[in-house]
Amino acid sequence: MIQALFWLFAILAASSALLMVTRKSPVASAMWLIGTFFCLAAIYTLLGAYFIGIIQILVYAGAIMILFLFVIMLLNLGNDFEPDIRSNVWKVIAAGTGLVVIALLARAFSGNMAMPLGRTAGPGLLAQGLAERGTVGVIAIPMYTDYMVLLQATAILLLVAVVGAVVLAKRNV
Amino acid sequence: MSDVIPLQASLGLSAVLFAIGAAGVVLRRNAIILFMCVELMLNAVNLAFVALSPYAGVQGQVFVFFVIAVAAAEAAVGLAIVISVFRHKESVDIKNFSLLRW
Repeated sequence: MIQALFWLFAILAASSALLMVTRKSPVASAMWLIGTFFCLAAIYTLLGAYFIGIIQILVYAGAIMILFLFVIMLLNLGNDFEPDIRSNVWKVIAAGTGLVVIALLARAFSGNMAMPLGRTAGPGLLAQGLAERGTVGVIAIPMYTDYMVLLQATAILLLVAVVGAVVLAKRNV
Repeated sequence: MSDVIPLQASLGLSAVLFAIGAAGVVLRRNAIILFMCVELMLNAVNLAFVALSPYAGVQGQVFVFFVIAVAAAEAAVGLAIVISVFRHKESVDIKNFSLLRW
């Protein structure tokens, strides 16, 4: 059952990503990208990362894509349909880029990867951690202990990004 | 244990999504769609992190959290740059943004 759902959402995610790249209108592209994000959230849930699945919908589909749609509407890009897909030579180059990336990643992923928790015990250990610490705690406890410095750096990064976005987008600062 | 998603399948989906995003960055000229393709590539990397996290520790999911925060910051600053460029050029097509190319 889980495997069947995984393949369903995998095919949906890949096909809506393809549609996102090939649609002419930016609004249609954004909508297909939101579809990809929902399918990915379902896949995260199937993989046992429940909190990441919720965050994916809340932050990606809910906040980041709304920002994209607001900018598309603000710049009035939805209705001019000026074709922005490059010429046929560039289409061949794009396909070549995709194939090269897939080949490189397949080579990297098919190699002997380090698995500190082990190939068979890993999923059980993750389920045990989820049972002990809860869905949020399994992420929050390492984040607020081992990765405290990274968390503070992310906070500073977000502050800088907010100030930078206001400075860049405002007409007269 | 036949109902566990195979690791190679989720890593394969991650590779496919990353390749579609990379091809999209090459194929399109609209700056906003380029940003969306970059977001798709970030999501592919997130999927690889989540798929590997049962085998390499829960740190993978913590890193996904940080990647999402960085993606939010990147989207905010990038779209602000697009808005301020649009104000000068009246276009988001990157063929008009060649001032810094050479």
